[in-house]
Amino acid sequence: MLDLHGYGWLLFDGLQLTIAVGLCAMVVAVLLGLLGSWGKLADNWWANAAANIYTTVVRGVPELILLLLVYFGTPTLIQSIATRMGYDIRVDINPFIAGTITIGFIYGAFATEVLRGAFQSIPKGQAEAARAIGMHRIKTFQRILLPQAMRFALPGLGNVWMVLIKATALISIIQLDELMRKTKIASNATHEPFTFYLLASFIYLGITLVSMMAQKRAEAWANKGVTR
Amino acid sequence: MDFSIVWQYLPKLLEGAWITLWITVVSLAIGLACAVPLALARLSKHPLIYSPAYLFVLYFRGTPLLVQIFLIYYGSGQFRHELTDLGLWGFFRDPWFCGILALVLNTAAYSAEIFRGAISAVPRNDIEAGRACGMSGLLLFRRITLPKAFRIGLPAYGNEVIFLLQATSLVSTITILDLTGISRQLISKTFAVYEFYLTAAAMYLVMTYALVYLFRVWEKRLSGHLQARVVTEPRA
Repeated sequence: MLDLHGYGWLLFDGLQLTIAVGLCAMVVAVLLGLLGSWGKLADNWWANAAANIYTTVVRGVPELILLLLVYFGTPTLIQSIATRMGYDIRVDINPFIAGTITIGFIYGAFATEVLRGAFQSIPKGQAEAARAIGMHRIKTFQRILLPQAMRFALPGLGNVWMVLIKATALISIIQLDELMRKTKIASNATHEPFTFYLLASFIYLGITLVSMMAQKRAEAWANKGVTR
Repeated sequence: MDFSIVWQYLPKLLEGAWITLWITVVSLAIGLACAVPLALARLSKHPLIYSPAYLFVLYFRGTPLLVQIFLIYYGSGQFRHELTDLGLWGFFRDPWFCGILALVLNTAAYSAEIFRGAISAVPRNDIEAGRACGMSGLLLFRRITLPKAFRIGLPAYGNEVIFLLQATSLVSTITILDLTGISRQLISKTFAVYEFYLTAAAMYLVMTYALVYLFRVWEKRLSGHLQARVVTEPRA
């Protein structure tokens, strides 16, 4: 039988943090995605340009570089600006916040494209009908556009989630005690790296499989009013 | 901000970028060679053939690449004596071998899924027409199914290539000095943190969009005859 030398709970703690970072980052990603898709579809040159630069740059640079840039680059940038202005400060970013924001920021770009497609696939008549009934723009968005867009976006957002949760493994590099880092601690202590990394990979695989099932159910639920 | 220090180390960064490209191309070539048989195995009707292929693809798509790299590089240490007896320890001790092996297995799994979709999306008519011409088996596959599937799968495969280019940055965690690794090394020497990371990010950006452009040109070349012709309407 698999002997974990009492380090099983350590991995369980790491798993909880992984899921917490993943969920928080997903919330950030969807919010940024909504903002970005508005930027892409708006009748405003500046909003278009900003959203296009966002998705172009983020999708062209590896996550690891962006993560290192945010976690190590931002404090030094702030410090060097402060030094130039005559202050001596020390800035430390909490790894949980840095990880959540960076991962959310990266996958926000992917969510932007998913949501842009979703909003575009809503027939124009829907919004026009809502306006004709007398709904305000915000009400139209809240009652007509958002619920329908979410249905179209569900498969795409599910994919974003599955890539995102795997990307959280990178946060171990900035010393956050999530699953990957706990695994490293356990494998160093026991000198059994294969056992622990294999176990960690099966935990991630478990997350993926559960997410796949949840996605299937969510899609069935969202599409129950649609006949083929 | 002081970018003059980056200028001074630019040759080193370019060397790193070259290594990144080299790792990408080597992993892609070997990965592609594994992906096509894997896709065919996935499409097989025999459970002993499709289930191992299915599990392989599920595992490598369902777990993070970083875990796969660590599992191969650090994990192999657990079997050091066994691997030494087999004469394989020399390979698994080498971060280059382990890094490329992980990237190959990963891209093989993703590409196999792309080609599986593409092969099953080849229209029946094309295959029937091939049969009507007297082709069958391997000849039909080589002349009709595979070229058509390649055309169908190319846009998705282009995305996979770009993901792989960016994924190669992870091999810097097992001491390989690719663009990311070199940047991290230079930063620990010079403390110019954001200058080097921003430069590295710009270099990745250029490589990514160069690849995007190349794939777009290739796609046009392969399926230009299928695209709608742009008819310019005479202006009234």
